[in-house]
Amino acid sequence: MLENEEIEEPTIKPVKEIFQTFFKSYSAVTGLIILIGIAVMGFIGPLFYPTDPFDMVWMPFSPPGADGFLLGTDYLGRDILSQIINGARVSIAIGFSAALVSCFIGVGIGSFAGFYGGWVEETLMRITEFFQVLPTLLFAMVIVALFGSSVLSITLAIGAVSWASVARITRSEFLRIKELDFVLASRSSGSNNMALIFRVILPNAAAPIIVQSALLVGAAITFEAGLAFLGLSDPNVISWGQVIGSNRVYILDATYTVTFPGVAIFITVLAISLVGDGLNDALNPKLRSR
Amino acid sequence: MLLVLLVVVVLNFLMLHLAPGDIADTIAQTMGGADEQDMAELRKQYGLDQPFFIQLFNYVVRVALLDFGHSHFYNLPVFDLIMERFPATLLLVFSAQILSLFVGILLGVYAAQNPNGLSSLFVNMFSLFGYAAPVFWTGILLLIAFSLHIPIFPVSGMRDITIESGNFFVHFFDVLRHLFLPMITLASIFFAYYSRLCRASMLEVLGADFVRTAKAKGLSKKDVLLKHALKNSLSPVITFAGLSFSAVVSGAILVETVYSWPGLGTLAFNSIISRDTPVLLGILIFSTLMVTVGNLLTDLTLKALDPRIKI
Amino acid sequence: MEDLVSINNLNIEARTRAGTLKVVNDLSFTIKKSETLCVVGESGCGKSVTALSLMSLLPEGILKVSSGDILFDNTNLAQLSEAELEGIRGNDISMIFQEPMTSLNPLFTVGEQVSEVIRRHKNLNKEKAWVSAVELLDAVKIPNPDKRAFDYPFQLSGGQRQRVMIAIALACQPKILIADEPTTALDVTIQAEILALINMLKQETGTAVMFITHDMAVVAQMADRVVVMHPGKKVEEGTVHEIFNNPQHEYTRSLLAAVPKLGEMASKKYPEPMRLVGEKKAKALKPIVGTNEPLLKVNNLVTRYPVKGGVFRRTVARVHAVEDVSFTIMKGKTLSLVGESGCGKSTVGRSLIRLVEPTSGDVNLDGQNILSLNPKDMREARSNIQMVFQDPFSSLNPQRPLFDQVAEPLRNYGTVKREVLQDKIGDLFDRVKLPRSFMQRYPHQLSGGQRQRIAIARALALNPKLIIADEAVSALDVSVQAQVLNLMMELQVDLGLSFLFISHDMAVVERVSHDVGVMYLGRLVEIGPRPSIFRNPQHPYTQDLLKAVPIADPDKRKLERDLNFKPLPSPIHHLTHDPTPSEYKEVAKDHYVLTTDCGY
Repeated sequence: MLENEEIEEPTIKPVKEIFQTFFKSYSAVTGLIILIGIAVMGFIGPLFYPTDPFDMVWMPFSPPGADGFLLGTDYLGRDILSQIINGARVSIAIGFSAALVSCFIGVGIGSFAGFYGGWVEETLMRITEFFQVLPTLLFAMVIVALFGSSVLSITLAIGAVSWASVARITRSEFLRIKELDFVLASRSSGSNNMALIFRVILPNAAAPIIVQSALLVGAAITFEAGLAFLGLSDPNVISWGQVIGSNRVYILDATYTVTFPGVAIFITVLAISLVGDGLNDALNPKLRSR
Repeated sequence: MLLVLLVVVVLNFLMLHLAPGDIADTIAQTMGGADEQDMAELRKQYGLDQPFFIQLFNYVVRVALLDFGHSHFYNLPVFDLIMERFPATLLLVFSAQILSLFVGILLGVYAAQNPNGLSSLFVNMFSLFGYAAPVFWTGILLLIAFSLHIPIFPVSGMRDITIESGNFFVHFFDVLRHLFLPMITLASIFFAYYSRLCRASMLEVLGADFVRTAKAKGLSKKDVLLKHALKNSLSPVITFAGLSFSAVVSGAILVETVYSWPGLGTLAFNSIISRDTPVLLGILIFSTLMVTVGNLLTDLTLKALDPRIKI
Repeated sequence: MEDLVSINNLNIEARTRAGTLKVVNDLSFTIKKSETLCVVGESGCGKSVTALSLMSLLPEGILKVSSGDILFDNTNLAQLSEAELEGIRGNDISMIFQEPMTSLNPLFTVGEQVSEVIRRHKNLNKEKAWVSAVELLDAVKIPNPDKRAFDYPFQLSGGQRQRVMIAIALACQPKILIADEPTTALDVTIQAEILALINMLKQETGTAVMFITHDMAVVAQMADRVVVMHPGKKVEEGTVHEIFNNPQHEYTRSLLAAVPKLGEMASKKYPEPMRLVGEKKAKALKPIVGTNEPLLKVNNLVTRYPVKGGVFRRTVARVHAVEDVSFTIMKGKTLSLVGESGCGKSTVGRSLIRLVEPTSGDVNLDGQNILSLNPKDMREARSNIQMVFQDPFSSLNPQRPLFDQVAEPLRNYGTVKREVLQDKIGDLFDRVKLPRSFMQRYPHQLSGGQRQRIAIARALALNPKLIIADEAVSALDVSVQAQVLNLMMELQVDLGLSFLFISHDMAVVERVSHDVGVMYLGRLVEIGPRPSIFRNPQHPYTQDLLKAVPIADPDKRKLERDLNFKPLPSPIHHLTHDPTPSEYKEVAKDHYVLTTDCGY
């Protein structure tokens, strides 16, 4: 070669590298397996455990293990195991779709603010700041209380209040990246603004956005549980938070009615955050090169 | 700051306006139904027959004059109701925030000295826990533990009504005893975040050029750490604490509900059950105010910490 | 003379994911009392690591001395306790670093930071330490030291911060001062001042200096003796005259050959490629003549940025980045714009292709007025002017393979059919002398020089008439820099390209240009044919700038008293500020000097 600096490396695509780093981490893989397991339980589980979560199948407050109900029954005599299996579907679905909504709004606002600057940035960031000051749970409570508690309204409410962090991260990444020379080079070789935003800058800003979005999924699940705990849940479907909320009054008499669904939430969100940490390690080029 | 409040008020109005059903419907419902004429009468009484912008203007003016409407459930002005509950929430939010910041920074600094040690492991584990455990669930677990197994702290309310007489300190310690569990519960999540962030920021600062300079000056490890590194690593933690204020208030609502802490949270919970919308909207405005004040305090702290920041 | 430091068979290992890596390999040398030893080598040769090991400050867990010992004043540093080492650091051995911007703690005043080290080692009380801190700031020539002592680092310029670092380092009269690339991040006039200051203080205090640098010209200015390092090993050691006049090792010779020396082009009318060690001797180094046909005419170019402030984010002031600049670039020739940071040279380059929108002026490319074009025509016009940027690490998109990056302009303009795209890109890789097998690689798999070649290939893709090279070789090691410069000159001959070469490095500029323009505070203070500018500089700023450039010749040293530069005024002016137009006087054929007051 011409130069004294030698770089001898096989040609690997970065994406492949990311997967390799990710799958090398035990905790990340464990998290992913748990998450897949829970999703499978939620979506296929009811086929194997057909007890209807709304049916009053036995006496109220039957303790776990007794009378053939593994996790016991609640204050109306409904099977808690069935509630947890069926609740997984709703909790995970709401978690992912709410995070998707936030991600969509946040990336949109953040990227335009960061790219265009000036009054566009000024206006969009004022809006973002506003949503950061707003106590999110209360605002979502107001939305759900006024517009009714359906799965859709809850998802939209959670999505509408949690995007500020994504917008901030996207914007700061855009501000950093748009000053880099390769963006100028791309502009001077004839790329238009949309191509610059979506094909040049966004892929380079993706890493922290993906990590933040992964964390948002977990946050959305706890958020939904919080709303359900306060009594704001869709009465027609069952979710983990709702199980805790409806048994809230009886916690001292039957602790297991709130412990088990809580454990379900805990494990799910924990798995998500392990995956998020794994993604962070895999996507962060600073850590990768070390 | 005023702008933020104004926007909240306008947003409130918009939501009221867009939501299916209006005050007249709600009142009619509680009265057990009303005919068309009564409804029209009611709407006129509440100014609902006027054009959109006039209604909006009236609403904003009323809020500015501290008239948040009337709670039909408590049959009291919303403002009075909120003022009665506000101090309890304020106490809970700020005590939890300060406690978690203090302990979080302490632990973060300690863990950063040994990035692969036991304390770092603890910080990482705890931050996972803080993120994954819903705050109301943590509260319920603590409540079960402290009422059924180790009954040393009261698990409900803010005062012991059996204590009637006694000087200031008797009451003060009574409130403090009641505050303990809600505060710990709320602080646990944020303590987890802050300690992890502080550890990370401390680790980054310890790799900075000026820390190398400080070492090259011959300063002892303690001086390098506590004088040069700590002050620099605080900014991101404080900034994040400021951003977390709205989350702390949200958490407080759930924690209050668990421990029947007589603040805005329990009020909000009750007003949902009784469909008392004006109260809910009033609480939203007040807690936004609380968060803005919290942010202002954060900005002032940051300014005091870093000479480069101008307000 | 007595040895102050003696390093014997030092080995240092780095722990990485891939295993342990030897960074310093069996290194031995000594430093005598009150001498200056320069350790020179290119990036990654282990010179900074050696310095840190002398401070016993190798980052724990990453770098480790595996064998060998370091004797300081006849004491083996490895046998001292941490407390004893703390007593030596900053007291007997002190150090200044490369980055003045980050080496001071941003949250303490400079007075506090200087007096801290005095209090640590001299047992003075707060007031007395402050008084001697102010004296030290005065000794390193900070103006109004009693007032500046209360400033925070962000209120000082880069040069002033480095002076503060020197004050901290010399506060306790150390026996040795380690300077790790202390002027690399600084402008050339400030570099000259800092180097002269270190020399002067060294003479006054009799401290020994271990000076680490990659720059042979700086070595020539500073060293008594020189150690040359090449990946982890010492390849040559000797007095500064031995090294420069009679280098023994091949690496030292190639290093010296790659350094452009100011003044060596004085006898030549046209630029020509450099003769590099190891290249085929047969290759004739032909001068690059070019044509006298104008390609780009720039008239009265002005670019100002708004400064926003206040509650409503209104424009409260303006940065006058480029102020009434005019020049012409001929076909097949290179015009260099030279000046220090903040002089507006990069903004000129970006204004030409409207990456920043100029405030007023005329840019005429082959008869087409660029500034009046609508966005669609502008896009077409941009294909005639391409840019190569400074930082090889940020000028390529890390997410896309090299093929796509070179092909991007071709795809954007749709000029090449898909079937022939592969061939076309292959040709471009050949042109910049990179193997075609690199096409599917990603930027992080390339070295700095290779990345710059890709950036050049991308710029060539659209067959442009003009290439703007904005500090295109500044971030590269000298030997790589020489190769990239030669490549650019070769392309100029083969393709008849014109270059606008933007640089801060006078020696490189002398090597590559036909014409040179010197910029100061947004104005072009002097412009003309390269030989005329370098032989007969007329503007006081040009004269000072040339005086500041270190020359890679130990017999041509500069003294502190020769240097008297003026501080750079602020380019930010009130909205009502209306600068006078630039007026020029022709002092020789095509050689113009600014007569308007430019602030220097």
